[in-house]
Amino acid sequence: MHPAPSVIIFTTLSGLGFGLLVFLGLGFPAVSGWIAFVFFAIAYALAVGGLMASTFHLGHPERAWKAFTQWKTSWLSREGWCAVLALIFMGLYALGLVFLDQKWSLLGLIGALFSLATVFTTSMIYTQLKTIPRWNMNLTPVMFLSFSLAGGALLAGQTSVAIPLLLIAALVQILYWRKGDQAFASSGTDLGTATGLGARGSVRAFEPPHTGTNYLLREFVYVVGRKHAEKLRIISFVLAFVLPVLLLVLPFNHVFALLAVASHLAGVATSRWLFFAQAEHVVGLYYGKR
Amino acid sequence: MTQLPTSTERKMGLVIDLDTCVGCHACVISCKGWNTENYGAPLSDQDAYGANPSGTFLNRVHSYEVQPAEGHAQLIHFPKSCLHCEDAPCVTVCPTGASYKRVEDGIVLVNESDCIGCGLCAWSCPYGARELDQAEGVMKKCTLCVDRIYNENLPEVDRVPSCVRTCPAGARHFGDLGDPDSDVSKLVADRGGMDLMPEMGTKPVNKYLPPRPKDTVEDQIDILAPLLAPVAEEPKGFLGWLDKTLEKL
Repeated sequence: MHPAPSVIIFTTLSGLGFGLLVFLGLGFPAVSGWIAFVFFAIAYALAVGGLMASTFHLGHPERAWKAFTQWKTSWLSREGWCAVLALIFMGLYALGLVFLDQKWSLLGLIGALFSLATVFTTSMIYTQLKTIPRWNMNLTPVMFLSFSLAGGALLAGQTSVAIPLLLIAALVQILYWRKGDQAFASSGTDLGTATGLGARGSVRAFEPPHTGTNYLLREFVYVVGRKHAEKLRIISFVLAFVLPVLLLVLPFNHVFALLAVASHLAGVATSRWLFFAQAEHVVGLYYGKR
Repeated sequence: MTQLPTSTERKMGLVIDLDTCVGCHACVISCKGWNTENYGAPLSDQDAYGANPSGTFLNRVHSYEVQPAEGHAQLIHFPKSCLHCEDAPCVTVCPTGASYKRVEDGIVLVNESDCIGCGLCAWSCPYGARELDQAEGVMKKCTLCVDRIYNENLPEVDRVPSCVRTCPAGARHFGDLGDPDSDVSKLVADRGGMDLMPEMGTKPVNKYLPPRPKDTVEDQIDILAPLLAPVAEEPKGFLGWLDKTLEKL
């Protein structure tokens, strides 16, 4: 799959922002006044910034509001609803904390649940696609949720929770890569089933339909950079999990905490790039490609 | 709405004969020609006369080589367009309701004024049947020439999809695959029509007729060949004497 920057920025930043909102909604850290304002401002900047970025790849962003209509079947529509509801509930909760010195815990709890639901619905947009075996796995939502919660705990300064959550996310990441590498082969789809000619012998793509490229090849058959995938995996793993955990284990220091967040963000962004760049769509088979 | 109808009154679709298709790409050109100037946004090209031409097509013809365990390889031309699936994943993923499947004939269409160009329907289609038009920013797909098949301004013979009307080999057939007595359904039953990627659970309406088995090549291809074998291999008479004498020298 083509790793569009808009989608990588969106899933990375929004995941982190909504993760932070989960912790703020549950009252960790228990902030109020201007400190609360700063925390909520960061969370909203990440969550809303990510959502804005996601509209950049649309052919007609001015019609994006229509995406709220099909929540009965579409995960993308459900994601839109969850995000808006999370931001509304958390906004009211923040209003109480920042300006009225009131803690409306129920609003925070509802907001936290919708924040989690937003991350889950985002992950389901990818998980539902049978056409991309590497995404069509139970581990995909687990990965999105574990990353979001680990990042949220890190941003919320909840060191004691952040370390185990980072370790869980690291484990999920390893499992996701291991299982994902076999997903296409074990999906049972090959050029034989794609053409229906598999029972007659081995099928080979002899001639493509056209000499140039097309939308399908640009969007679904992205092979550039796959050769560095192994190195990028190591880099992303070290940045997202190893360094932040080490920095958290050291005696607390604001510089270390900031470095841990920056490192985690860069690592998750790299992992997300791989999530798209390594994903293989079955339509590539028709072109004799993966 | 992007909820799929539980059933459709008819299942209009194509039956493509892989035995007959000669790979001429006439269907590709006639499809582009008809659909770029009729229903919906035109099918744009980018850099059409430059070094990297690329454009939107609703129908493309691939060619595959099948090598059986024994015997000769076979070349099979393979036209591919929207299969108008019964369980069309492209419809249910659409966030705006732009993608829909018609109850009356099962045709899957895009309402272009509702399409936001998010591309998710193309991601969900295993067959590569949908292409996002680069000029218009909306999703394009085969309409089964919905603007031809019911068009009473056209002569009756033309009220079929453009690709079917054009095919010089008669490799494309159009009809109601939901009616077991229709010509296309009988053709599918006779020839063992098949689904593409049945494991995806999309239940395609369009069917493909597999190539018929090739004739077997017998040992002797040409019955005249034995008569053409050289008659005299060893020279006799004077030439024979000359040959032997020269050998001895």
